[in-house]
Amino acid sequence: MKVSLFITCISDALFPPIGEAMSQLLARYGVRLDFPKVQTCCGQPAFNSGYWDEAKASAKTILEAFDDSDFVIAPSGSCTGMIHHYYPKLFEHDAALLEKSRRLQEKTYEFTQFLVQVLGVTDVGAYFPHKVTYHPSCHGTRLLGIKDELMELMSHVEGMEYVPLPYAEDCCGFGGTFAVKMSEISGAMVEEKSQHVLETEAEVLVGLDMGCLLNIGGNLKFQGKPVRVMHLAELLYEGVRNREQTAGV
Amino acid sequence: MSKPQGSNVKERARTALQDEFLIDAVKFTTERLKNGKKAATAEHGNWEEWRERGRQIRAHTVAHLDYYLSRFIENARAQGVHVHFAPEGKDAARIAMDIAKHRGAKSVVKSKSMVSEEVHINEAFEQIGIESIESDLGEYIIQLANEPPSHIIIPAIHKNRRQIAELLSKEAGETLPPETQVLAGFARRKLRDKFLEADIGLTGCNFGIAETGTVVIFENEGNARMVSTVPKIQITLMGMERLIPTWDDLEVMATLLPRSATGQKMTMYMSGITGPKRTEDGDGPEEMHVIIVDNGRSLQLGDPDFQELLNCIRCGACLNACPVYRHIGGHSYPGTYSGPIGAVLTPALNKNAEEWHDIANASSLCGACYEACPVKIPLHDMLVYLRNRKVERGVTAPGEKMAMRGFKMLMGSHAWFERAVKAGQLGQKLLVRGGVIKSRIGPLGGWTAYRHIPALPKKSFREQWTKVTAEAENSFKPMTDEMKSRMEKIVQSRAKGGH
Repeated sequence: MKVSLFITCISDALFPPIGEAMSQLLARYGVRLDFPKVQTCCGQPAFNSGYWDEAKASAKTILEAFDDSDFVIAPSGSCTGMIHHYYPKLFEHDAALLEKSRRLQEKTYEFTQFLVQVLGVTDVGAYFPHKVTYHPSCHGTRLLGIKDELMELMSHVEGMEYVPLPYAEDCCGFGGTFAVKMSEISGAMVEEKSQHVLETEAEVLVGLDMGCLLNIGGNLKFQGKPVRVMHLAELLYEGVRNREQTAGV
Repeated sequence: MSKPQGSNVKERARTALQDEFLIDAVKFTTERLKNGKKAATAEHGNWEEWRERGRQIRAHTVAHLDYYLSRFIENARAQGVHVHFAPEGKDAARIAMDIAKHRGAKSVVKSKSMVSEEVHINEAFEQIGIESIESDLGEYIIQLANEPPSHIIIPAIHKNRRQIAELLSKEAGETLPPETQVLAGFARRKLRDKFLEADIGLTGCNFGIAETGTVVIFENEGNARMVSTVPKIQITLMGMERLIPTWDDLEVMATLLPRSATGQKMTMYMSGITGPKRTEDGDGPEEMHVIIVDNGRSLQLGDPDFQELLNCIRCGACLNACPVYRHIGGHSYPGTYSGPIGAVLTPALNKNAEEWHDIANASSLCGACYEACPVKIPLHDMLVYLRNRKVERGVTAPGEKMAMRGFKMLMGSHAWFERAVKAGQLGQKLLVRGGVIKSRIGPLGGWTAYRHIPALPKKSFREQWTKVTAEAENSFKPMTDEMKSRMEKIVQSRAKGGH
């Protein structure tokens, strides 16, 4: 079985510890990740801006990278959603690429979906003694339907206090190029989101999409607030290491 | 009618974002409506099934619109209704004015109708010296303020009680306290006279039932019932896609619409009007006209990306769910319709004219509109399609085109991507302070006005991959048989899945 990592451009360039956490966690379940280097970006920034030719150039690298994989895992509901939801539209006029994208869709999973739905893992044995809140990213929940997987994994983390985020389902205002093109609207949205995060008094904000977390985390930092922002893979891996260190592994 | 300030969405949004009263009023009411909908759909129990049924009814009707239109027209005419067809908004206004002139009408009383806003009927009547008064309380308020509605269901959503009291006080010629009962009481007394003296009652139409030629109107204030029973002449403006085939289909719509709009299980008044007054009827107009309005709707027919727009039942749920609408209000949108539906509908009804296109950018594509929509219109996808059409026409900004050409080059091959990341790692040194970038130079400005950017780490993930995979090997444990078989089953089921 070839299980490949689609790291996503943002985690590749900005957040390498996420890929490390995924590799480490999955190794514990007998999954050796494969990492095809021809991958770049799912193409979403160009696609969402209406530049579909440009998006195709980028998306083709993804089709090529994972053509012979059995499973593809990405640390992002949004990039996974792009493959599932928009590749059929992007490649609708090219039968060969459309077929390739169809095969890619059925084997591509967001990280928590892969853990829970494919491997059947809900308890990674993590110990994380912190107060945590969670922002459910729009594309992951609305396009992909991730809802229970993350809560299932979080509910088994020992020592963790989970505080629900008020108005959790509201968009954080990221929206890719939206944050730059309509910066004032986006800014008002992220300020509101940060306010809700701060109301929880959580030490850690966890999520499944680094675009949104880059946005919310960037605003919290801008405001000088010391909330730690983490991808769930990082939280789980840190929790597993906490547990292993106490057990003397 | 006063136009919203500013020439484009960005400028209008800026004005709105600075208007504390407006934002508070919009947030307060959309929140209330959103929670109402949430409770009403949870209480319903089978919401998703009914939503799908609603979608099917609307999609079927729109797919066979020619058939249902001719059925509706035939049946309405058989009941004595004068049916007219208006290819454009100005035609609808002209037809209504002709009726009014021909009958020597002096005043019109109106119930709420978004189509009438689209065709600017009040201004048309005014021009020929006919008074046209809105009788829906919200519409009455914004008519006094000389503003267009800023919400499909709650036209005066952007005004707080104090502002409303000021407007009504001016009309009353005395100071009215900002108390709902007093204000509504004044409007009620004032409008009662208007109902009694009006020559024409003008209504909109929520649904036209094809099998009987019936006009169905949903409302909460009873004013539409007055409008359609007291004056001698009734004119109904109906968007050409408002049809449903049968009364049975109305049951589904009567369940979906009020719950989605206001969280009500039922609307207070639901009137079904089949033709003018008959001899045995106690009330009703002596003469009834239905003006069927196209005004850009038929442009969507047969367009695979936008036909579903015609499924809309104008409940406003997408506005209440939209985080952008909540922050900028309805007047930031151009045209009659606001919020996510307006952002797509306005350009679509106007032949996708370029001047309407900037509104498609004012969305984070979060999909809350689609989730809220009782007939499942994929508005978040349509916004992307609109942006794409603008690009295809070559009318986007040169800077943006250049940036996207850059994207294509850098993301089109991993070698270029790697070079770009490397260049970033080295080049950022001038900008990084304490691990973050705060610079507001160039395109970064919009982002860094609200956020810091983390500096690129010294090495990207792919540069660390060899080390990462070697270290992971130290924690490697063989896979359990159960997991192995789960994975194999999934792969096998795909192979069977048919290709």
